[in-house]
Amino acid sequence: MAELLEIKGLDVSFFTRLGSICAVRNASITVKPGEVLGIVGESGAGKSTIGNAIINLIEPPGKITNGEILFQDKNLRTLNENEMLNIRGQKIGMIFQDPQTSLNPVRTIGAQLLETINSTKELFGKLAYQNAIDLLKSVGIEQPEARMKAYPHQFSGGMRQRVVIALALAGDPDLIIADEPTTALDVSTQAQILDLIKALCVERQLGVIIVTHDIGVVSNIADRVAVMYGGSIVETGGVKKILSSPDHHYTKSLLAAVPRGDVKIKRFAAIDYIEGAAQFHKRIAVAEHWLGERLTDKKSEIAIVITDLNKRFVLKKALFKQNRIYNQAVKDVSFSIKTGETFGLVGESGSGKSTVARLVAGLLSIDRGSVKIFDKEIANKPQDKQVLAVQRELQMIFQDPFSSLNAKMSVEDIITEPIRYYKTAKSKDELNQIANDLLDHVGLGKKALYKYPHEFSGGQRQRISIARALAARPKILICDEPTSSLDVSVQAHILNLLKDLQEELKLTMLFISHDLPVIRQMCDRVAVMRYGSICEIAETNDLFNTPKNAYSKHLLGLMPKIHTLLSKTI
Amino acid sequence: MLAFVIKRCIQSVVVLFVMSLIVFSMINLVGDPVDMLVNPESLPEEIDRVRRDFGLDQSVQVQYWKFLTGAVSGDLGNSFIFGRPALALIAERFPATLELATCALILAVSVGLPLGIYAGLNPDGWGARIVMGGSVLGISIPTFWLGLMMIIIFSVLLGWLPVSGRGETENFLGIESSIFTVDGLRHLVLPAINLALFKISMVIRLTRAGVEEVMALDFIKFARARGLSSPRIIRSHLLPNIFIPIVTVLAIEFGTLIAFATVTESVFAWPGVGKLVIDAIVNLDRPIVVAYLLFVVTLFLVLNLIVDIIYAAIDPRVRLQGDR
Repeated sequence: MAELLEIKGLDVSFFTRLGSICAVRNASITVKPGEVLGIVGESGAGKSTIGNAIINLIEPPGKITNGEILFQDKNLRTLNENEMLNIRGQKIGMIFQDPQTSLNPVRTIGAQLLETINSTKELFGKLAYQNAIDLLKSVGIEQPEARMKAYPHQFSGGMRQRVVIALALAGDPDLIIADEPTTALDVSTQAQILDLIKALCVERQLGVIIVTHDIGVVSNIADRVAVMYGGSIVETGGVKKILSSPDHHYTKSLLAAVPRGDVKIKRFAAIDYIEGAAQFHKRIAVAEHWLGERLTDKKSEIAIVITDLNKRFVLKKALFKQNRIYNQAVKDVSFSIKTGETFGLVGESGSGKSTVARLVAGLLSIDRGSVKIFDKEIANKPQDKQVLAVQRELQMIFQDPFSSLNAKMSVEDIITEPIRYYKTAKSKDELNQIANDLLDHVGLGKKALYKYPHEFSGGQRQRISIARALAARPKILICDEPTSSLDVSVQAHILNLLKDLQEELKLTMLFISHDLPVIRQMCDRVAVMRYGSICEIAETNDLFNTPKNAYSKHLLGLMPKIHTLLSKTI
Repeated sequence: MLAFVIKRCIQSVVVLFVMSLIVFSMINLVGDPVDMLVNPESLPEEIDRVRRDFGLDQSVQVQYWKFLTGAVSGDLGNSFIFGRPALALIAERFPATLELATCALILAVSVGLPLGIYAGLNPDGWGARIVMGGSVLGISIPTFWLGLMMIIIFSVLLGWLPVSGRGETENFLGIESSIFTVDGLRHLVLPAINLALFKISMVIRLTRAGVEEVMALDFIKFARARGLSSPRIIRSHLLPNIFIPIVTVLAIEFGTLIAFATVTESVFAWPGVGKLVIDAIVNLDRPIVVAYLLFVVTLFLVLNLIVDIIYAAIDPRVRLQGDR
C-alpha cells in the first residue's frame, strides 16, 4: 500500500545564542494507513520534535533545516501557513501528553468540540452538534449530551484524554500523532486509552505515530518501531523484530535496562552505550567505614510495625463537624517490615501509598493507629527525644529530584547538613572526608561537591538525594517512587545503586512505586494498595505468579508483557 | 452562594466597626477643629460655647459612643463647616467622581487591553517595545505633574479645552451627567485622561503578561494543532483565560480610581468627593473625613464581594466557600 507519510532526511536545529543545536539529524520514517508507528527514545532524543515538525509547530528558535515531509504525496514543507491550517486538524490530528493542560479550562468541552468541527468540517448548528455527540460516543464517553456542558476539570484524567482524542479526530484526519499520550495516566487508564487508539486506527484506517519513552506502550500497540538516540533514528523495524532481536547496540542495552515483570534478576543490565553514563561507585568496606559505625548496634528483628494506621484529609472545611468532607487517604493499614528486608507498596495514583510513607517518616500526623520503629512508638510524638533518635535512622528519598533538593545550597551543604545537625562527625576534616566519600559511593565523585543542584541531570540529582539520606546513617530508607521521573537507562543505574547499598549496609527499605516490574526487581515482599487500604500482602514471587486478590490480578494483567516477546538472548 | 454572601456581609460589618474605631481615635489626635472654626480673637466663653455645641468637650469614648449609635441609624454626624449631614454632602458630590472614574476605567480598558494583547502576541516587535516603553512612562510620571502639563499645553497654550471645573450637566434617563453635553465632555476629557493614564499602563502590562503566559500553554498549542485559525484561538481560547486576572484586578482598581481621584480632582478643580475631602482635612472637618473613610472602606468591601462573585462566574473551576 502507498505510504501515508514519508519523511526523508529530516534535520531540525535550534538556534540559540550559544550556537545551533541539532535536535533531529537525518531522520527518515514512513507510515502506512492503518499502521501504528512507535517512536521510542529517552528524554532529549528528539522524538517529540519529529512530531511537531510534521505539522510545522516547532517552537522558535527551532527550525527545520533540511529534508522532505511527504504527506499524501504533498511536501508539507512547501506549504504556507494558510495551507498548513487545512492540514492541521483536517488531515493530521495531534494528541498531547497531559490531558490536564491540553484543554482550555474555562470553556466547556462541547464549545471546544463544536468550534473545531465548525472550522475543520465546516458543519454548523444541529449537524455540528450531532457530529460532536457521535465523536464523544466513539471515544467511549457515556451520556455525551450531558457531558457536552461539562468543563475539563469535571472529567477524570482518562476521560479527559478521551476528549482530547475526540478533538483530534474532529476533522477526520488521516494521520494521528500521539505525543506520550498515556504518560500522565495510571496503568489501567493507560491500557484503555491505548486500546482506544488502536481500535480507532484499525476502524478508520488511520496512520498513527506514537511518540513515547515507554517500551511497554510500544510493545502493546505499535506495528513498527523507530528507535531514536541523540537526534538520530538508530533502528527501524517491526515491533517483534526490534524487541526480540535488535541490531543496534543502543536498542539492545535499552531493552536490557527495562525492568522485567516475569522473572527476578539480580541486577539490572545497565546501558553502557551512552557515553559517560557508566558511573561506577566505590564499594563500602562496612567494618571500618563511618557509615558502618553504628550498624553493629543490635536491634530487633523487626524494623517497622504498623497497626491500623488511619489518616484522612479535610477536603472541605466547615464550622460544624457533620458538614466537613474528608478524604480517607489511609484506612486500617497494618504491616510489618523485617530488618534488612525490602518491602514494596504498589498501587495506582491516589491509592494512599505515598501517604503511608509520609506517616511512617513522621511528616504527617497520624489520626489513629500505631507506627513502631525498632519497638519505639513514634505516632504523633514529634518532640520526644527518643522518637527523634529513632527518626534519624529513617531517611527518605523523594520522587521528584528537582524539587527535593534546595536549589540555593551547594551539594556539599546538602550532604553535610544531616551530619552537622546530628553532630555525627568529630571534626571539620572528618566532615569533608565523609562528604567526599559519600559522593564516591553514589558514583558522583568529589568534583560534584562544590556544584549546585541545577548543574546535574535528574539521575545525578537522585544520587545526591541518596547521598543525603545516607549521611544521616540510616538503617531504614523510604523510597517514594525514586525512579519514576527518570529514563529507563538512568533508572537501571539508580536501582542497582540502591540494591548495592542495601546489601552492603544491610538497610531496611520501604519501596513505593506504581511500576510493577520495578517492584518485582526490588522487593522481597509486596503490599498492594487501593483506596487507602491494603488488598494483599505477599512474597513478591508469589504475588506475581499466583495473585490471590482480584484487584492484584487486574493490576498484574495490565503490566506490559514486553519480555514475553523478547528472545532468550537478552 | 447565598451562604457565601451572608458570611461576607457579617465579615464586612466587623471590618467596618474596626475601621471606625481606628479612624475615630486617630483623627482625635490631630489638631483642634475649634481653632479652625472660631476666630482666634473671640472671647474664651465664645470658644467654649462652640466646643460644647460640637460636643468636643466630652471624652473621646463618649464622642465615639455617640458617633456609633448615630452610625447604626445611618447618621455619621454633621459637617462642622457646612452644618449638614456628612453623608449627604458625600452623596451630593459622588456622581461627579463616579463619572470621572468610570470614564477613566473605560479608557483604561479600551486602550490598554488591545495594546497589551498586541504587545503580548508580538513580544519582539518594534511596536511592542514602544508600547511597553510607553507603559513604563505612564506608570512613572506623577499624576499631578502630568495634569498641570496637560492644562498648560491643551488649555493655556492651544486653548482647545477648558482649564478646570465640571461643565454643564444634563439629565438623561434619570442620570445627571456631563457626558450628555458637549461642554461637559470638553471639561471631562483632560481629567479623565489624566486619571486613566496610570491605569492604561497597568492594564497594558497586566494583559501583556497574561497573553505571554497563556500563549505558552499546551491548550493553545493543541488548538493550533487542531487547525484553528489564529483569530479564533485569540478570541475563544486566549481572551477568556486572560480576562480572569484582569477583571479581578480592574474591579479593585475601580475602587482606587474613586477613592484616590483626589489628586486629579484637585488639579482640575473637579467638584467631586476627593476635593471635598481634601478641603475637609485642611479644615479639620472631622465628621466628613470619618464618613469619607468609612465610605471608601464600604466601597472596597462591596467591590471585593463583586469580584469574588464575578470570579466564580467567569472561571468554572472556582467554587465559592460555602457553596455545595
